[in-house]
Amino acid sequence: MNLPIRLTVNGELRDVVLDDPRVTLLDLLRERLQLTGTKKGCDRGQCGACTVLVDGRRVNSCLALAASHDGADILTIEGVAQGGELHPVQAAFIAHDGCQCGYCTPGQIMSAIGLIAEGHAGDDPERIREGMSGNLCRCGAYVGIIEAVREAQKNLAAIKTERAA
Amino acid sequence: MNQFEYVRPASVADAIAAAAAPGATYLASGTNLLDLMKGGIMRPARLVDVSRLPGLDRIERLDNGDVRIGALVRNADLAHDLDFARSHPAISEALLSGASAQLRNAATVGGNLLQRTRCSYFYDTASACNKRAPGSGCDARGGDNRLHAVLGWSEGCIATHPSDLCVPLAAFDAIAEIEGRHGRREVAVEALHRLPGATPERDSTLEPGELIVAVRLPAAARGFASHARYLKLRERTSYAFAVVSAAAGLVIDGGTIKEARLALGGIAAKPWRAREAEAALAGARAAPAVFRRAAEAALAEAKPSGANGFKIELAQRIILRALTLAAAGTPDRMPALPASPFSSPAGATQ
Repeated sequence: MNLPIRLTVNGELRDVVLDDPRVTLLDLLRERLQLTGTKKGCDRGQCGACTVLVDGRRVNSCLALAASHDGADILTIEGVAQGGELHPVQAAFIAHDGCQCGYCTPGQIMSAIGLIAEGHAGDDPERIREGMSGNLCRCGAYVGIIEAVREAQKNLAAIKTERAA
Repeated sequence: MNQFEYVRPASVADAIAAAAAPGATYLASGTNLLDLMKGGIMRPARLVDVSRLPGLDRIERLDNGDVRIGALVRNADLAHDLDFARSHPAISEALLSGASAQLRNAATVGGNLLQRTRCSYFYDTASACNKRAPGSGCDARGGDNRLHAVLGWSEGCIATHPSDLCVPLAAFDAIAEIEGRHGRREVAVEALHRLPGATPERDSTLEPGELIVAVRLPAAARGFASHARYLKLRERTSYAFAVVSAAAGLVIDGGTIKEARLALGGIAAKPWRAREAEAALAGARAAPAVFRRAAEAALAEAKPSGANGFKIELAQRIILRALTLAAAGTPDRMPALPASPFSSPAGATQ
Protein backbone atom coordinates (compact mmCIF):
# COMPACT_ATOMS: atom_id res chain seq x y z
CA MET A 1 0.00 0.00 0.00
CA ASN A 2 1.13 3.53 -0.70
CA LEU A 3 0.05 6.26 1.63
CA PRO A 4 0.90 9.83 0.66
CA ILE A 5 1.36 12.28 3.52
CA ARG A 6 2.46 15.89 3.67
CA LEU A 7 4.18 17.36 6.72
CA THR A 8 5.98 20.53 7.60
CA VAL A 9 9.38 19.63 9.01
CA ASN A 10 11.48 22.46 10.42
CA GLY A 11 9.48 24.94 8.36
CA GLU A 12 9.75 23.07 5.06
CA LEU A 13 6.88 21.26 3.38
CA ARG A 14 7.76 17.61 2.81
CA ASP A 15 5.74 15.20 0.70
CA VAL A 16 6.33 11.56 1.52
CA VAL A 17 4.76 8.40 0.17
CA LEU A 18 4.74 5.74 2.86
CA ASP A 19 5.08 2.25 1.40
CA ASP A 20 4.47 0.69 4.81
CA PRO A 21 2.00 1.90 7.48
CA ARG A 22 4.33 0.73 10.27
CA VAL A 23 6.74 3.64 9.82
CA THR A 24 6.94 5.68 13.00
CA LEU A 25 7.47 9.41 13.00
CA LEU A 26 10.95 8.70 14.37
CA ASP A 27 11.88 6.36 11.54
CA LEU A 28 10.40 8.75 8.99
CA LEU A 29 12.65 11.55 10.27
CA ARG A 30 15.80 9.45 10.55
CA GLU A 31 15.58 6.94 7.74
CA ARG A 32 13.53 8.71 5.08
CA LEU A 33 14.25 12.42 5.62
CA GLN A 34 17.83 11.87 6.82
CA LEU A 35 17.27 14.02 9.89
CA THR A 36 19.35 11.89 12.25
CA GLY A 37 19.60 14.45 15.04
CA THR A 38 16.53 12.88 16.63
CA LYS A 39 17.81 9.76 18.38
CA LYS A 40 16.41 6.27 18.80
CA GLY A 41 17.12 5.13 22.35
CA CYS A 42 14.65 2.57 23.65
CA ASP A 43 12.12 2.91 20.78
CA ARG A 44 9.40 2.19 23.38
CA GLY A 45 8.57 5.56 24.90
CA GLN A 46 10.68 5.14 28.00
CA CYS A 47 13.80 7.25 27.42
CA GLY A 48 12.75 10.44 25.60
CA ALA A 49 15.74 10.49 23.19
CA CYS A 50 13.29 10.71 20.27
CA THR A 51 11.47 13.80 21.59
CA VAL A 52 10.30 16.24 18.90
CA LEU A 53 7.67 18.97 18.83
CA VAL A 54 4.47 18.12 16.96
CA ASP A 55 2.30 21.20 16.42
CA GLY A 56 4.32 22.83 19.18
CA ARG A 57 3.97 20.01 21.72
CA ARG A 58 6.74 17.67 22.83
CA VAL A 59 6.01 14.01 22.14
CA ASN A 60 7.89 10.71 21.79
CA SER A 61 8.27 10.25 18.02
CA CYS A 62 8.90 6.50 18.50
CA LEU A 63 5.31 5.98 19.69
CA ALA A 64 3.69 7.94 16.87
CA LEU A 65 2.76 6.51 13.49
CA ALA A 66 3.89 8.72 10.61
CA ALA A 67 0.62 7.92 8.84
CA SER A 68 -1.33 9.55 11.68
CA HIS A 69 0.64 12.78 11.23
CA ASP A 70 -0.46 13.87 7.77
CA GLY A 71 -0.54 17.67 7.89
CA ALA A 72 1.41 17.99 11.13
CA ASP A 73 4.05 20.63 11.86
CA ILE A 74 7.21 18.96 13.17
CA LEU A 75 10.18 20.65 14.81
CA THR A 76 13.36 18.65 15.35
CA ILE A 77 16.74 19.54 16.81
CA GLU A 78 17.96 20.43 13.29
CA GLY A 79 15.39 23.22 13.13
CA VAL A 80 15.86 25.08 16.40
CA ALA A 81 18.93 27.24 15.64
CA GLN A 82 18.20 30.46 13.75
CA GLY A 83 20.77 30.91 10.99
CA GLY A 84 24.13 30.66 12.69
CA GLU A 85 22.72 31.40 16.13
CA LEU A 86 22.06 28.66 18.65
CA HIS A 87 18.66 28.43 20.30
CA PRO A 88 18.85 29.77 23.89
CA VAL A 89 18.28 26.22 25.20
CA GLN A 90 21.18 24.89 23.11
CA ALA A 91 23.43 27.72 24.35
CA ALA A 92 22.44 27.03 27.96
CA PHE A 93 23.21 23.30 27.62
CA ILE A 94 26.73 24.23 26.49
CA ALA A 95 27.17 26.88 29.19
CA HIS A 96 26.08 24.49 31.97
CA ASP A 97 27.66 21.34 30.57
CA GLY A 98 24.29 19.60 30.23
CA CYS A 99 25.80 16.86 28.08
CA GLN A 100 28.22 14.01 28.49
CA CYS A 101 28.08 11.39 25.74
CA GLY A 102 25.48 13.56 23.98
CA TYR A 103 23.13 10.82 22.82
CA CYS A 104 20.15 12.00 24.89
CA THR A 105 20.94 15.68 24.28
CA PRO A 106 18.71 16.37 21.23
CA GLY A 107 15.75 14.85 23.09
CA GLN A 108 16.63 16.76 26.26
CA ILE A 109 16.79 20.05 24.35
CA MET A 110 13.52 19.47 22.47
CA SER A 111 11.86 18.46 25.73
CA ALA A 112 13.21 21.57 27.47
CA ILE A 113 11.91 23.80 24.65
CA GLY A 114 8.51 22.13 25.07
CA LEU A 115 8.61 22.44 28.86
CA ILE A 116 9.44 26.15 28.75
CA ALA A 117 6.68 26.80 26.19
CA GLU A 118 4.17 24.98 28.42
CA GLY A 119 4.99 27.50 31.12
CA HIS A 120 4.10 25.45 34.20
CA ALA A 121 7.55 24.97 35.74
CA GLY A 122 9.02 28.49 35.85
CA ASP A 123 12.51 28.32 37.30
CA ASP A 124 11.56 26.02 40.20
CA PRO A 125 14.16 23.22 40.05
CA GLU A 126 11.74 20.65 41.47
CA ARG A 127 9.09 21.43 38.85
CA ILE A 128 11.75 21.35 36.12
CA ARG A 129 13.01 17.96 37.32
CA GLU A 130 9.46 16.64 37.33
CA GLY A 131 8.75 18.17 33.92
CA MET A 132 11.92 16.67 32.43
CA SER A 133 11.41 13.19 33.92
CA GLY A 134 10.54 11.75 30.52
CA ASN A 135 14.14 12.23 29.37
CA LEU A 136 16.68 9.81 30.75
CA CYS A 137 20.41 10.56 30.74
CA ARG A 138 22.40 7.42 31.38
CA CYS A 139 25.57 9.45 31.94
CA GLY A 140 23.75 11.21 34.76
CA ALA A 141 24.28 14.81 33.60
CA TYR A 142 21.05 15.85 35.31
CA VAL A 143 22.53 18.59 37.48
CA GLY A 144 23.86 20.44 34.43
CA ILE A 145 20.66 19.77 32.49
CA ILE A 146 18.43 21.28 35.18
CA GLU A 147 20.71 24.32 35.50
CA ALA A 148 20.65 24.74 31.72
CA VAL A 149 16.85 24.59 31.60
CA ARG A 150 16.59 27.14 34.43
CA GLU A 151 18.90 29.57 32.68
CA ALA A 152 17.26 29.07 29.29
CA GLN A 153 13.85 29.65 30.87
CA LYS A 154 15.05 32.96 32.34
CA ASN A 155 16.68 34.03 29.08
CA LEU A 156 13.62 33.19 27.03
CA ALA A 157 11.37 35.01 29.52
CA ALA A 158 13.63 38.07 29.24
CA ILE A 159 13.51 37.94 25.43
CA LYS A 160 9.71 37.71 25.60
CA THR A 161 9.50 40.72 27.93
CA GLU A 162 11.85 42.68 25.67
CA ARG A 163 9.70 41.91 22.62
CA ALA A 164 6.53 42.86 24.44
CA ALA A 165 8.01 46.23 25.49
CA MET B 1 5.58 -5.21 14.57
CA ASN B 2 3.17 -7.24 12.44
CA GLN B 3 1.95 -5.98 9.09
CA PHE B 4 -1.49 -4.38 9.27
CA GLU B 5 -3.96 -2.45 7.22
CA TYR B 6 -4.22 1.22 8.13
CA VAL B 7 -7.51 3.06 7.71
CA ARG B 8 -8.46 6.57 8.77
CA PRO B 9 -12.24 7.00 8.80
CA ALA B 10 -13.78 10.46 8.72
CA SER B 11 -16.60 9.95 11.21
CA VAL B 12 -17.54 7.91 14.27
CA ALA B 13 -20.03 5.95 12.15
CA ASP B 14 -17.36 5.13 9.55
CA ALA B 15 -14.94 4.15 12.32
CA ILE B 16 -17.42 1.73 13.85
CA ALA B 17 -18.10 0.21 10.43
CA ALA B 18 -14.35 -0.12 9.77
CA ALA B 19 -13.80 -1.77 13.16
CA ALA B 20 -16.28 -4.53 12.34
CA ALA B 21 -13.55 -6.32 10.35
CA PRO B 22 -11.95 -9.30 12.11
CA GLY B 23 -8.77 -8.37 13.99
CA ALA B 24 -9.49 -4.63 13.85
CA THR B 25 -8.34 -2.37 16.69
CA TYR B 26 -8.86 1.33 17.24
CA LEU B 27 -5.75 3.51 17.26
CA ALA B 28 -5.87 6.82 19.13
CA SER B 29 -2.44 8.33 19.85
CA GLY B 30 -0.87 4.87 20.15
CA THR B 31 1.27 5.47 23.24
CA ASN B 32 0.31 2.05 24.60
CA LEU B 33 -0.87 0.21 21.47
CA LEU B 34 2.27 0.86 19.39
CA ASP B 35 4.41 -0.24 22.32
CA LEU B 36 2.38 -3.46 22.56
CA MET B 37 2.65 -4.01 18.81
CA LYS B 38 6.41 -3.47 18.83
CA GLY B 39 6.63 -6.17 21.49
CA GLY B 40 4.42 -8.56 19.53
CA ILE B 41 1.88 -8.62 22.37
CA MET B 42 -0.88 -7.21 20.18
CA ARG B 43 -1.03 -8.08 16.49
CA PRO B 44 -4.04 -6.30 14.99
CA ALA B 45 -4.85 -7.03 11.35
CA ARG B 46 -6.32 -3.57 10.87
CA LEU B 47 -5.74 -0.28 12.66
CA VAL B 48 -8.69 2.07 12.60
CA ASP B 49 -7.12 5.46 13.28
CA VAL B 50 -9.63 7.49 15.29
CA SER B 51 -7.09 10.10 16.41
CA ARG B 52 -8.57 12.84 14.27
CA LEU B 53 -12.27 12.14 14.40
CA PRO B 54 -13.98 15.52 14.57
CA GLY B 55 -15.74 16.75 17.70
CA LEU B 56 -14.17 14.38 20.23
CA ASP B 57 -11.47 16.74 21.51
CA ARG B 58 -13.61 19.12 23.54
CA ILE B 59 -14.19 19.66 27.25
CA GLU B 60 -17.81 20.78 27.62
CA ARG B 61 -19.69 22.11 30.63
CA LEU B 62 -23.26 20.95 30.21
CA ASP B 63 -26.28 22.91 31.39
CA ASN B 64 -26.98 20.41 34.17
CA GLY B 65 -23.50 20.93 35.65
CA ASP B 66 -21.96 17.78 34.22
CA VAL B 67 -18.57 17.99 32.51
CA ARG B 68 -18.24 16.04 29.28
CA ILE B 69 -14.72 15.19 28.18
CA GLY B 70 -14.28 14.06 24.58
CA ALA B 71 -12.40 10.76 24.28
CA LEU B 72 -9.66 12.43 22.22
CA VAL B 73 -8.88 15.18 24.74
CA ARG B 74 -5.19 14.80 25.55
CA ASN B 75 -4.27 14.01 29.13
CA ALA B 76 -2.12 17.16 29.44
CA ASP B 77 -4.88 19.41 28.06
CA LEU B 78 -7.42 18.08 30.53
CA ALA B 79 -5.04 18.30 33.49
CA HIS B 80 -4.08 21.90 32.70
CA ASP B 81 -7.56 23.15 31.80
CA LEU B 82 -7.98 25.83 34.47
CA ASP B 83 -11.71 25.37 35.02
CA PHE B 84 -11.40 21.60 35.10
CA ALA B 85 -8.42 21.61 37.48
CA ARG B 86 -10.39 23.84 39.83
CA SER B 87 -13.55 21.75 39.77
CA HIS B 88 -11.85 18.31 39.66
CA PRO B 89 -8.44 18.74 41.29
CA ALA B 90 -7.87 15.06 42.16
CA ILE B 91 -8.36 14.12 38.51
CA SER B 92 -5.83 16.74 37.38
CA GLU B 93 -3.40 15.53 40.01
CA ALA B 94 -3.84 11.90 38.92
CA LEU B 95 -3.26 12.84 35.29
CA LEU B 96 -0.11 14.81 36.11
CA SER B 97 1.26 11.94 38.19
CA GLY B 98 1.07 9.57 35.24
CA ALA B 99 3.74 8.84 32.61
CA SER B 100 5.92 11.69 31.32
CA ALA B 101 5.11 15.12 29.89
CA GLN B 102 5.70 13.80 26.36
CA LEU B 103 3.28 10.91 26.85
CA ARG B 104 0.66 13.12 28.53
CA ASN B 105 0.83 15.47 25.53
CA ALA B 106 -0.04 12.58 23.22
CA ALA B 107 -2.17 10.19 25.27
CA THR B 108 -5.94 10.53 25.09
CA VAL B 109 -8.58 10.14 27.78
CA GLY B 110 -10.31 7.31 25.91
CA GLY B 111 -7.03 5.53 25.32
CA ASN B 112 -6.07 5.86 28.96
CA LEU B 113 -9.19 3.97 29.99
CA LEU B 114 -8.35 1.10 27.65
CA GLN B 115 -4.62 0.77 28.26
CA ARG B 116 -3.42 -2.74 29.04
CA THR B 117 -1.76 -4.02 32.18
CA ARG B 118 1.99 -3.53 32.60
CA CYS B 119 2.43 -7.02 34.12
CA SER B 120 5.89 -8.01 32.88
CA TYR B 121 4.71 -11.53 32.05
CA PHE B 122 1.96 -10.09 29.84
CA TYR B 123 4.68 -8.10 28.05
CA ASP B 124 7.09 -11.04 27.73
CA THR B 125 5.87 -13.21 24.86
CA ALA B 126 8.08 -16.09 26.07
CA SER B 127 6.08 -16.28 29.33
CA ALA B 128 2.78 -18.01 29.99
CA CYS B 129 0.00 -15.43 30.30
CA ASN B 130 -3.72 -16.09 30.26
CA LYS B 131 -4.46 -12.47 29.39
CA ARG B 132 -2.23 -12.50 26.29
CA ALA B 133 -2.67 -16.17 25.33
CA PRO B 134 -5.81 -17.61 26.97
CA GLY B 135 -5.21 -21.02 28.51
CA SER B 136 -1.42 -20.74 28.53
CA GLY B 137 -1.16 -20.28 32.29
CA CYS B 138 0.18 -17.49 34.48
CA ASP B 139 3.91 -17.18 35.06
CA ALA B 140 3.29 -14.26 37.41
CA ARG B 141 2.04 -16.79 39.96
CA GLY B 142 5.25 -18.01 41.55
CA GLY B 143 7.21 -15.41 39.59
CA ASP B 144 8.25 -11.87 40.42
CA ASN B 145 4.87 -10.73 41.67
CA ARG B 146 5.51 -8.16 44.36
CA LEU B 147 3.62 -5.50 42.35
CA HIS B 148 0.60 -7.64 41.49
CA ALA B 149 -3.02 -7.58 42.65
CA VAL B 150 -4.22 -8.06 46.21
CA LEU B 151 -7.94 -7.58 45.49
CA GLY B 152 -10.22 -9.26 42.96
CA TRP B 153 -7.56 -11.48 41.40
CA SER B 154 -8.13 -15.04 40.21
CA GLU B 155 -5.98 -18.15 39.94
CA GLY B 156 -5.68 -17.39 36.22
CA CYS B 157 -4.53 -13.75 36.43
CA ILE B 158 -3.10 -11.46 39.09
CA ALA B 159 -2.39 -8.43 36.87
CA THR B 160 -3.35 -4.87 37.87
CA HIS B 161 -4.86 -2.03 35.87
CA PRO B 162 -2.19 0.65 35.50
CA SER B 163 -4.24 3.82 34.98
CA ASP B 164 -4.02 6.74 37.39
CA LEU B 165 -6.82 8.69 35.71
CA CYS B 166 -9.31 5.84 36.14
CA VAL B 167 -8.92 5.86 39.93
CA PRO B 168 -10.51 9.29 40.59
CA LEU B 169 -12.90 8.72 37.66
CA ALA B 170 -14.21 5.65 39.49
CA ALA B 171 -14.29 7.53 42.80
CA PHE B 172 -16.34 10.42 41.38
CA ASP B 173 -18.89 8.31 39.45
CA ALA B 174 -17.66 9.12 35.95
CA ILE B 175 -19.60 7.63 33.07
CA ALA B 176 -18.17 6.38 29.77
CA GLU B 177 -20.23 7.20 26.68
CA ILE B 178 -19.91 4.40 24.16
CA GLU B 179 -20.93 4.03 20.53
CA GLY B 180 -21.19 0.76 18.69
CA ARG B 181 -22.99 -1.07 15.92
CA HIS B 182 -26.11 -1.23 18.05
CA GLY B 183 -26.16 2.44 18.94
CA ARG B 184 -25.13 4.44 21.96
CA ARG B 185 -24.91 3.30 25.56
CA GLU B 186 -23.40 4.46 28.81
CA VAL B 187 -21.52 2.58 31.48
CA ALA B 188 -20.05 3.75 34.78
CA VAL B 189 -16.25 3.83 34.59
CA GLU B 190 -16.33 1.71 37.73
CA ALA B 191 -18.11 -1.00 35.72
CA LEU B 192 -16.07 -0.58 32.53
CA HIS B 193 -13.16 -2.74 33.64
CA ARG B 194 -13.53 -6.40 34.55
CA LEU B 195 -12.05 -8.59 37.19
CA PRO B 196 -10.20 -11.49 35.56
CA GLY B 197 -12.19 -14.51 36.75
CA ALA B 198 -11.80 -17.29 34.19
CA THR B 199 -11.50 -14.87 31.23
CA PRO B 200 -8.63 -12.49 31.95
CA GLU B 201 -8.17 -11.86 28.23
CA ARG B 202 -11.15 -9.51 28.45
CA ASP B 203 -10.03 -6.30 30.19
CA SER B 204 -13.30 -4.46 29.85
CA THR B 205 -17.02 -4.88 29.37
CA LEU B 206 -16.84 -3.26 25.93
CA GLU B 207 -18.19 -5.38 23.10
CA PRO B 208 -16.00 -5.86 20.00
CA GLY B 209 -16.08 -2.74 17.83
CA GLU B 210 -17.43 -0.44 20.54
CA LEU B 211 -15.78 2.96 20.81
CA ILE B 212 -15.60 5.22 23.85
CA VAL B 213 -16.53 8.70 22.60
CA ALA B 214 -16.60 10.64 25.87
CA VAL B 215 -16.28 10.50 29.64
CA ARG B 216 -18.83 12.44 31.67
CA LEU B 217 -18.48 13.62 35.24
CA PRO B 218 -21.74 14.23 37.03
CA ALA B 219 -22.26 17.66 38.56
CA ALA B 220 -22.03 16.16 42.06
CA ALA B 221 -18.31 15.49 41.53
CA ARG B 222 -17.66 19.23 41.89
CA GLY B 223 -18.91 19.09 45.48
CA PHE B 224 -15.63 17.48 46.55
CA ALA B 225 -13.36 20.10 44.93
CA SER B 226 -12.17 21.73 48.14
CA HIS B 227 -11.17 18.39 49.76
CA ALA B 228 -9.85 16.15 47.01
CA ARG B 229 -6.47 14.49 46.50
CA TYR B 230 -4.82 11.74 44.53
CA LEU B 231 -1.85 10.08 46.18
CA LYS B 232 0.42 7.55 44.52
CA LEU B 233 3.33 5.57 45.82
CA ARG B 234 5.87 4.68 43.13
CA GLU B 235 9.26 3.01 43.07
CA ARG B 236 10.65 6.31 41.80
CA THR B 237 9.12 9.72 42.37
CA SER B 238 8.24 10.44 38.74
CA TYR B 239 7.46 8.56 35.54
CA ALA B 240 6.47 5.28 37.15
CA PHE B 241 3.30 3.28 37.62
CA ALA B 242 1.64 3.10 41.01
CA VAL B 243 2.59 0.44 43.51
CA VAL B 244 -0.56 1.61 45.28
CA SER B 245 -2.58 4.80 44.85
CA ALA B 246 -5.71 6.39 46.27
CA ALA B 247 -8.16 9.06 45.16
CA ALA B 248 -10.01 10.65 48.05
CA GLY B 249 -12.76 13.26 48.13
CA LEU B 250 -14.61 14.59 51.16
CA VAL B 251 -17.45 16.95 51.85
CA ILE B 252 -16.81 18.30 55.34
CA ASP B 253 -19.17 20.46 57.38
CA GLY B 254 -18.07 21.64 60.81
CA GLY B 255 -15.55 18.82 61.16
CA THR B 256 -18.06 16.14 60.17
CA ILE B 257 -17.78 14.20 56.92
CA LYS B 258 -21.04 14.57 55.01
CA GLU B 259 -19.95 12.47 52.06
CA ALA B 260 -16.83 10.58 51.05
CA ARG B 261 -15.42 9.10 47.85
CA LEU B 262 -12.52 6.71 47.81
CA ALA B 263 -10.96 4.55 45.10
CA LEU B 264 -7.68 2.67 44.89
CA GLY B 265 -5.21 2.02 42.08
CA GLY B 266 -2.44 -0.50 41.57
CA ILE B 267 -4.12 -3.23 43.59
CA ALA B 268 -6.61 -4.90 41.23
CA ALA B 269 -7.44 -5.49 37.57
CA LYS B 270 -9.77 -2.49 37.77
CA PRO B 271 -9.82 0.83 39.58
CA TRP B 272 -11.17 -0.21 42.97
CA ARG B 273 -14.02 1.79 44.42
CA ALA B 274 -13.93 1.39 48.21
CA ARG B 275 -17.60 1.72 49.12
CA GLU B 276 -17.25 0.07 52.54
CA ALA B 277 -14.70 2.74 53.43
CA GLU B 278 -16.98 5.49 52.11
CA ALA B 279 -19.78 4.18 54.33
CA ALA B 280 -17.45 4.16 57.34
CA LEU B 281 -16.52 7.79 56.68
CA ALA B 282 -19.98 9.25 56.04
CA GLY B 283 -21.33 10.99 59.12
CA ALA B 284 -18.11 10.50 61.11
CA ARG B 285 -15.63 13.10 62.34
CA ALA B 286 -12.74 13.91 60.00
CA ALA B 287 -10.20 12.40 62.38
CA PRO B 288 -7.26 9.95 62.16
CA ALA B 289 -9.03 7.09 63.97
CA VAL B 290 -11.94 7.33 61.51
CA PHE B 291 -9.58 7.40 58.53
CA ARG B 292 -7.79 4.35 59.88
CA ARG B 293 -11.05 2.43 60.23
CA ALA B 294 -11.97 3.36 56.67
CA ALA B 295 -8.57 2.16 55.41
CA GLU B 296 -9.05 -1.17 57.18
CA ALA B 297 -12.54 -1.52 55.69
CA ALA B 298 -11.21 -0.86 52.19
CA LEU B 299 -8.68 -3.69 52.39
CA ALA B 300 -10.75 -6.10 54.49
CA GLU B 301 -11.09 -8.61 51.62
CA ALA B 302 -7.51 -8.26 50.38
CA LYS B 303 -5.19 -11.22 50.15
CA PRO B 304 -1.70 -11.56 48.69
CA SER B 305 -1.38 -13.16 45.25
CA GLY B 306 2.33 -13.76 45.81
CA ALA B 307 5.14 -11.87 47.50
CA ASN B 308 2.96 -8.78 47.70
CA GLY B 309 1.33 -8.91 51.14
CA PHE B 310 3.12 -5.64 51.91
CA LYS B 311 0.80 -3.86 49.48
CA ILE B 312 -2.16 -4.46 51.80
CA GLU B 313 -0.52 -2.48 54.59
CA LEU B 314 0.86 0.05 52.12
CA ALA B 315 -2.56 0.64 50.57
CA GLN B 316 -4.03 1.31 54.01
CA ARG B 317 -1.31 3.84 54.74
CA ILE B 318 -1.84 5.56 51.41
CA ILE B 319 -5.57 5.76 52.14
CA LEU B 320 -4.89 7.22 55.58
CA ARG B 321 -2.52 9.79 54.09
CA ALA B 322 -4.84 10.63 51.19
CA LEU B 323 -7.79 11.18 53.54
CA THR B 324 -5.65 13.26 55.91
CA LEU B 325 -4.47 15.45 53.03
CA ALA B 326 -7.95 15.71 51.52
CA ALA B 327 -9.35 16.77 54.90
CA ALA B 328 -6.60 19.41 55.18
CA GLY B 329 -7.87 20.89 51.92
CA THR B 330 -6.98 20.84 48.24
CA PRO B 331 -3.77 22.82 47.73
CA ASP B 332 -4.12 26.18 45.94
CA ARG B 333 -1.50 25.17 43.42
CA MET B 334 -0.71 21.76 41.97
CA PRO B 335 2.16 20.32 44.02
CA ALA B 336 5.56 20.34 42.29
CA LEU B 337 5.51 16.55 42.49
CA PRO B 338 1.88 15.68 41.77
CA ALA B 339 0.45 12.89 43.94
CA SER B 340 3.77 12.27 45.63
CA PRO B 341 3.62 11.47 49.36
CA PHE B 342 7.08 13.01 49.54
CA SER B 343 5.83 16.53 48.89
CA SER B 344 3.22 16.55 51.64
CA PRO B 345 3.00 19.50 53.97
CA ALA B 346 4.11 19.10 57.56
CA GLY B 347 1.53 17.52 59.85
CA ALA B 348 0.50 14.77 57.44
CA THR B 349 3.02 12.15 58.41
CA GLN B 350 0.84 9.30 59.63
